Amino acid sequence: MPDTTDTAAPYQTIIGLEVHVQLLTKTKLFCSCENRFGAAPNTLTCPVCLGLPGSLPVMNREAFRLAVRAATALNCTIAEFTKWDRKNYFYPDLPKGYQISQFDLPFSEHGQLEAIDPKGAFPPRMVRILRVHLEEDAGKSMHDEAAGTGDSRIDLNRTGTPLLEIVSQPDLRSAAEARCWLNELRLLLVYLGVSDCNMQEGSLRVDANVNLHIPCDGGRVAKTPIVEIKNMNSFRSVERALTYEVARQYEEWQATGKELGSAPKQTRGWDDAAGITRGQRHKEESSDYRYFPEPDLVPVTLTADQIDEVRRGMPESPRALRQRLEETWQISAYDADVLVGQGRALVNYFETLARLVEDGKVASNWMQQDVLRTLNERGIAIADFPVAAEGLATVIGRVKKGDFDTSRGREIFAEMINSGRSADDVISEMGIAAVGDDELMTLCRELVEGNPKIVADVQGGKEQAAAGLIGQAKKKNPNVNPGKVRALCLEIIRGMS
Amino acid sequence: MSLSRDDVSKVAALARLALSEDELEQMTRELSKIVGFVSLLAELDTSAIEPLAHPLGTTNVFREDVPAASLPVELAIATAPKQDGECFLVPAVLGD
Repeated sequence: MPDTTDTAAPYQTIIGLEVHVQLLTKTKLFCSCENRFGAAPNTLTCPVCLGLPGSLPVMNREAFRLAVRAATALNCTIAEFTKWDRKNYFYPDLPKGYQISQFDLPFSEHGQLEAIDPKGAFPPRMVRILRVHLEEDAGKSMHDEAAGTGDSRIDLNRTGTPLLEIVSQPDLRSAAEARCWLNELRLLLVYLGVSDCNMQEGSLRVDANVNLHIPCDGGRVAKTPIVEIKNMNSFRSVERALTYEVARQYEEWQATGKELGSAPKQTRGWDDAAGITRGQRHKEESSDYRYFPEPDLVPVTLTADQIDEVRRGMPESPRALRQRLEETWQISAYDADVLVGQGRALVNYFETLARLVEDGKVASNWMQQDVLRTLNERGIAIADFPVAAEGLATVIGRVKKGDFDTSRGREIFAEMINSGRSADDVISEMGIAAVGDDELMTLCRELVEGNPKIVADVQGGKEQAAAGLIGQAKKKNPNVNPGKVRALCLEIIRGMS
Repeated sequence: MSLSRDDVSKVAALARLALSEDELEQMTRELSKIVGFVSLLAELDTSAIEPLAHPLGTTNVFREDVPAASLPVELAIATAPKQDGECFLVPAVLGD
């Protein structure tokens, strides 16, 4: 596959991502405390998630179900036998002194997910997934330097929240690909209903590993030391951080010549305001976590039949949905991407509309202009949109019949949104009645007779002069269809000569 | 089986234990004995034995995803050496 980084760059960029997503369960992974964001500090804890002596964890069935669902959608192989392990490290937000995670027998591995740019800026990039495992989240530490107390405050509400760790192979070749892949991953997980993937609330977090392969004289390839970037709180900052880090590594390599192996793996934090990465502590080696099997949890097994059943129960993926919308409704890849990106409920609205008006392109245009604009303006979801697809279909149907033009139709639709009234009610309320053919013919005859100058201009070859007739027609009867008036007037004028 | 002082220093650092020179000496001696004792197990031929993930034979112990009451915050933080009525207070966590 071709390298899609800046082709002029004298190196290849190698990126792997590690994504953590919180699962949409009602309770935590190993206890019955609520899994909920935004509660007052330390109001969602119990002896299990506080790590008090004598407490024992018990696996949440729903968390495991959601985890398997996500891994299946990521085309992973699901293990028939899986177990949990203790990852030991000391940190104030980890009350037990270890995290219950998965080490050598994760519940799934060897998946893949493609990064596809809807605008076609780079060819699709298949990214292999090394593994997906299920672990518990840590708490949150807060340090207010301004308060100057010298203490950090610890909130353990998040401790024990079910977390999926998704580790990609280093298959991404540019910051833009990384962003695109993350978008696809987020969309997939949201469609599956396994996570809300809200980065502001920390339910999706991304770390990126990046280094460069630099071709040197004699066919040798120099590899820069791998850097892990943390603290990126949006997909946009992931892209910016990677772009920055790639340039920084190349400069550093030019200055020092340091290569992979001659320097330890480094962790750098992204400073969004400054737009730079800064060095952090050296990464502990994997063996320093002294993993060992978690004695407090028994292993989980799945039969081949159960794994098959999960696979059969998979909903249509965003990728499959985009392809189907393109084919079924003859809309562009870009339009399908916009619609699918808004979520399954909006796609359902679109498909109902497209079926009713028997025209995917027209339905897509109305969705993207009028419906999406209203959703954005009001900050609401399609579920709260005041007009059902049937109502909008009525308006579009009348436009297609020629009862009124598109701009009049949009006014009607806007009024339906504002008032919550039906299309028929709004149409009669606004005094919009279909103009009959006879009525229209009479009106056009009058216009032609009353405007000899325009008629002369048109006869002299200036057809655009007919615009003056349309303006007058709209004044006399706002319900006339401008296209019809124009066509009819031109026909009458031609008949005169 | 014997451990080096460096091995013991490293383990101590991971366990956040500050050992004096004497203690390091003592720990190196005692830990080596313990590791030596445990390594007797290595004399057994386990090539034909399935790895054991858990000593209990059971698997698939789950609970349903139904919330239950959590501890009141006063109780949750009651035994903390330092707290502010809302959070646990710990020496400054910086740089991460």
